[in-house]
Amino acid sequence: MKLETILKLVEGVVVTQSELEGEINFGLTSDLMSDVLTLDIDDAMLITGLNNLQTIRTAEMSDIHCVLIARNKKVSKEMIDLANQSNIVIIESPFGVFKVSGILYAKNIKPAY
Amino acid sequence: MQLNYSIEGGDFTNAGNASSQVKKILKKLNVDPKITRRVVVALYEAEVNVAAHAYRGEIIVDINTERIRVVLKDEGPGIESIENAMTEGFSTASAEVRQMGFGAGMGLPNINKNADELNIKSDVGVGTELEIITKLK
Repeated sequence: MKLETILKLVEGVVVTQSELEGEINFGLTSDLMSDVLTLDIDDAMLITGLNNLQTIRTAEMSDIHCVLIARNKKVSKEMIDLANQSNIVIIESPFGVFKVSGILYAKNIKPAY
Repeated sequence: MQLNYSIEGGDFTNAGNASSQVKKILKKLNVDPKITRRVVVALYEAEVNVAAHAYRGEIIVDINTERIRVVLKDEGPGIESIENAMTEGFSTASAEVRQMGFGAGMGLPNINKNADELNIKSDVGVGTELEIITKLK
């Protein structure tokens, strides 16, 4: 799925300058970063309510290039800077993680686990 | 090639800096991305462990054509039972660490999963030394 399509579906806004290469085919929803770090596929997006620097660090280590921060939480400048350095796209969405996950799952984004 | 980094206990802003640097270097060295991910995931979990539990620590990353050897030495409380620490779900992490998305008792099991060889030495009240070896071939 293209990033633009995801943004429409989740009423999302991109807050980074990074470019997403290719499409998103898999998703995982977690606030537990050790869980995210067990991922072994490349084209997954992370849907999370955990809004801190380690969320972006975890994405970097796991080769996740798209992170959606749910429920209208505003990401910090440090997170945006780190995401830009690591070529990670951050999306802010007003929806909760359950709603975002449900919408994307219904549109055929496959579970990463 | 040898790389050295230091970690401060409790510093969650910089936890992950070393892993990030190592990832960039492995990419430049054209290491297979899947091997790189195993190395940096293990290193990152270990870095977070030092920030979460120890007072300070150092990281030595030694790379040759056969393997990547990562050693993390910390000064800290040490691990009372390595067997417990290796059990998924066992954790002594603080509420602060849990708020960062860690502390679910998956760190050492995750490191073990991503390492070809993992050696742990720990003295209670002194510190812990982790050796993580990942083969390149």
